[in-house]
Amino acid sequence: MVDRPTSNTSTVRSLLLIAVVVLVLVAAFAFTAGWLSPARLTPTKIVNALAPPGGPALGFRRNHAKGVCFTGNFESNGAAVALSKAPVFASGSYPVTGRFNLATADPKAPDATVRVRGLSLRIVAADGSEWRTAMINAPFFAVATPQAFYGLLQASANTSDPDAMKNFAAAHPELGHFAAWAGSAPWTASYAQEQYNGLNSFIFTNAAGQDEAVRWSFVPAAKPEAVPADQLKARAADFLAADITQRVQAAPQQWTLVLTVANPGDPTADPTKAWPDDRRKVEAGTLVVSAIEPEDDGPCRDINFDPTVLPPGMHVSDDPFPAARSAAYAVSFDRRTAEDKDYPRHPAGGATQ
Amino acid sequence: MTPIHNRFTPLQRALHWLMAICILAMLFIGVGMVSTVRPDYLTLVSIHKPLGVIILVLALIRLVVRLTRGAPPLPASMPEPMKLAARLSHLAFYLLMIGLPLIGWGMLSAADYPVVVLGIHLPAILPHSNALHTLLWNAHRVLALCFFALILLHLAAALLHALVRRDGVFEAMAPWRSSVKTDASGDR
Repeated sequence: MVDRPTSNTSTVRSLLLIAVVVLVLVAAFAFTAGWLSPARLTPTKIVNALAPPGGPALGFRRNHAKGVCFTGNFESNGAAVALSKAPVFASGSYPVTGRFNLATADPKAPDATVRVRGLSLRIVAADGSEWRTAMINAPFFAVATPQAFYGLLQASANTSDPDAMKNFAAAHPELGHFAAWAGSAPWTASYAQEQYNGLNSFIFTNAAGQDEAVRWSFVPAAKPEAVPADQLKARAADFLAADITQRVQAAPQQWTLVLTVANPGDPTADPTKAWPDDRRKVEAGTLVVSAIEPEDDGPCRDINFDPTVLPPGMHVSDDPFPAARSAAYAVSFDRRTAEDKDYPRHPAGGATQ
Repeated sequence: MTPIHNRFTPLQRALHWLMAICILAMLFIGVGMVSTVRPDYLTLVSIHKPLGVIILVLALIRLVVRLTRGAPPLPASMPEPMKLAARLSHLAFYLLMIGLPLIGWGMLSAADYPVVVLGIHLPAILPHSNALHTLLWNAHRVLALCFFALILLHLAAALLHALVRRDGVFEAMAPWRSSVKTDASGDR
């Protein structure tokens, strides 16, 4: 029973109003979710575009799919305290879980076929705060924005237009700079001889509240020895993992963390633009790699080296990449962790490489 | 015996409308953040986590208030299936308001992400596990979409009570004092 009778027309009007309110909310929700904006660059699109023509390797990272785990320590010398109040920069030794890797979507790619090598780290301070970073051996990045990165993936996968890459390169001259590095920089035969660069700029804040824009590199203690690429092609497909395992068994391998502080006006938003060599550098400590483990049952396997997992005293700058990487890494992580059965674990001792 | 009123208490109404804003914002932030790679992604994530904690705390307070202060009876004029639907929807709301934040927190824990909310490092509530992460990630996503659907249903029902049935049910939760004569005494 309705206590105040309403006419049929006013009931219909009310029902229509209710339908309109609901539809407006649904439309706003769909718009926010990007369901009405097919052009929006989503992390899903980037991760899909990373897949080779045959589809992604299930259970593996969607890029930098081939790698090996390690554990060790970051021995901080305290010099970076002036730049950042991050607990990992206070003098002391902090446990590290990390991963040497190759920038390929194919976990079976022969090592000699992959130009870009990477280092990922998770450093945990005594208070539980974490610094995660994923770096590469290139001294600058290939493209200036996440949108351009997606464009590069699309162009390189475009088989219907033979000029796709040429057109992309013409529109993005910074790619030529990167190609020149890839073509001329010496190859080494060891992860231990590579310098790994963060490329993205971050803002460091010290205890006094002062901000500085900073980039970082891990510089190897081992002297880089150039080996012709053709010679590397003659080696076993997994020579890099074998080499680093052997080296670390013989002695811990070390890198110096070098922080580079921007001058006012240096470009922080564009990782294709390296800063001049004369910028102030601070040696913050030493990464000591003391044990190598295969990835399939290793401690780095199920870690997302999200570059926006930062301790207090460090935060993202106007560089758009860390946010885009964080979003895309999450999609890759969510997918591969749901595919455990496709990448079986071989408990310690049973590992076969 | 809980006392019978025609309207929810002022505290209950305040909690309802405050949470309505928080939860709607939360759902929009959630679908928005997972669909962008722009720097907004990090901003939205940094709102999503503390807002989830706030919703969890408010929901627990609200549950205690609901259990101690009760709810006004539904009008006698409402058909039984409609009353049942209303009661089940309230149950679903409480389960989602409390469950979704916990599932989100558990999901981050199972992925071994540090759960840092407004600079405070919260403890992991579950061990690092791919299987748990996958289960909770799927649950978080599906239940959040169900939550939005439930809110639409709730809103449509509330407007139906306010505009068509005019039986006092809407006024029981309305933030303002209403001139509509209510018909909420189910024992009449």
